[in-house]
Amino acid sequence: MQHGKYRFIVGFLAVPLGLYALFVVWPFIQSIYYSFTDWTGLSPEFKMVGFDNYKRMLHDDIFWKSLQHSLLFALVLPIVTISLALFFAFMINVGGRRRRGGPAITGVRGSSFYKIVYFFPQVLSIAIVALLFQFAYNPDSGAINSFLRGIGLGHVQPLWLGDPSLALWCVMAVLVWSTTGFFVVLFSAGMASIPGELYEAALIDGASRATTFFRITLPLLWDTVQSGWVYMGILALGAESFAVVQIMTTGPGGPDYSTTVLVLYVYQKAFRDGQAAYATTIGVALLVVTLAFAAIVMRLGRRERLEF
Amino acid sequence: MKTTETPAPPPAEPGASVSEVAAPVAGPPRRKKEGAVLNVFSHGVLVIWAIMVVTPLLWAVMTSFKDDSSIFGSPWALPDRLHFGNWARAWTEANMSGYFLNTVLVVGGSLIGTLVLGSMAAYVLARFDFPGNRFIYYLFIGGMSFPIMLALVPLFYVVNNMGLLNTIHGLILVYIAYSLPFTVFFLTAFFRTLPTSVAEAAFVDGASHTRTFFQIMLPMAKPGLISVGIFNFLGQWNQYMLPTVLNTDPDKKVLTQGLVQLAVSQGYKGDWSGLFAGLVMAMLPVLGAYIIFQRQVVQGLTAGALK
Repeated sequence: MQHGKYRFIVGFLAVPLGLYALFVVWPFIQSIYYSFTDWTGLSPEFKMVGFDNYKRMLHDDIFWKSLQHSLLFALVLPIVTISLALFFAFMINVGGRRRRGGPAITGVRGSSFYKIVYFFPQVLSIAIVALLFQFAYNPDSGAINSFLRGIGLGHVQPLWLGDPSLALWCVMAVLVWSTTGFFVVLFSAGMASIPGELYEAALIDGASRATTFFRITLPLLWDTVQSGWVYMGILALGAESFAVVQIMTTGPGGPDYSTTVLVLYVYQKAFRDGQAAYATTIGVALLVVTLAFAAIVMRLGRRERLEF
Repeated sequence: MKTTETPAPPPAEPGASVSEVAAPVAGPPRRKKEGAVLNVFSHGVLVIWAIMVVTPLLWAVMTSFKDDSSIFGSPWALPDRLHFGNWARAWTEANMSGYFLNTVLVVGGSLIGTLVLGSMAAYVLARFDFPGNRFIYYLFIGGMSFPIMLALVPLFYVVNNMGLLNTIHGLILVYIAYSLPFTVFFLTAFFRTLPTSVAEAAFVDGASHTRTFFQIMLPMAKPGLISVGIFNFLGQWNQYMLPTVLNTDPDKKVLTQGLVQLAVSQGYKGDWSGLFAGLVMAMLPVLGAYIIFQRQVVQGLTAGALK
């Protein structure tokens, strides 16, 4: 298959690669370069300032707050979401009890119904989800507080997004709500490929459901869990957290910077404050955090896997 | 979701668990008892999560039929009558029709572009050996794990300098570029699984490489194209970050932006019922499509992570 091969390769790759290089690769390279300048983004003039932006970043309290919140997102969200999803998926696929004449291992009743319903939030835009929950959290007329009043808890009326100590957790809860279903379905697909004989053998040996889960399901599912973990962490550091924080919180990022995250801070510095160069510096920090996160999860995952 | 964990269990739940407990007859007694308690608990948790997922959505649908005063006065009460006017107002006055049209144009254009360009690049990378093949492949793949926001700052000025800022076709090009990493990753793996003999036979018969690709390989790759197409459709339809940065002209806004814009401006205008109608309007088509194409959607969205 040599005839005209290179002409064909070039012809097929030129447009996709060109588009990708222009809109994705080139801006990434540029932004690292800009982080060493004093570019405002408003005028085309700028000069090199060395590490000034990085020094400034180290003394920027809001940067440290954003970093802290982003790290919390990357740590807490995958753990909560994946644990919930593993539990649900296990119940849906393996947790059912033996029915007469049926296979030894089944899901609970209505398992396909749960899979369909749990996946709903995944197909909705995170922007719509954020708007919906913003209403639910409204302290006066929101659905949550009025529900609390309705069941006689009228004295428990938190400010939710208005309370600096609660707001971040409210935002995280929305992300858990919207992503758990995806992982339930993902893990269900993985669990379906685990051979039933393994479970049967465990049952004959008298293993409880918890033992079955930790000794059979989890080890055999580990690869999927690990890639899901990385995927969730990247989402929690990037696009998803941007949308939720930017739409739901006052400020956005408030109250009192209690919900600001790195990705939002990059956006605000670049497009609100006219400090494009400094924004790219924070962006580089975000890049480092993201890559470090992925590397750590991969590394921890490998060790974990050897134990079984 | 600290509070919503406590809603009163619906009438269906106790009934369901009772029948679950009563059903099993076989098995040693000790296991049965332990299993029964666990079963009630676990089934209860599953039901509660299902309620937590569905309630906000149903609540939004219900609220979209209420008038403003009852939205704030009694959020959980049923509407006194169905205020269809909310929907009409949202569609015309709040410009939901315009946002819909923009979204359809942008997503339509970028979905086709993504599939065509993505499959071309993936085919070449999967099937041909040439210097730089691995490098280009990893260049594409790397785009999946990088924080997009970092690139968006300079990208704004790149797009601006090309005169593409606040244009539909500019947005389409950017959507395509940012959808390529996953599309190339997924389709490269897919093309590798297809048999080589068919393409070789076509080539021996005198078909050019281009013709072999479009007439033989693309039809064979249809299942993969559908999966990755659904994945990209949902991602692009729901996209919020890219248009927020690159598309700030009120007339060009896409649905997600339009709704957020509407929510912000309702603070002054006070047409909350219209906003809810808009939200539900934006939700229903994707939810409907999901329920109809459930199997394909789930496959499309989970296939990538399982590979």
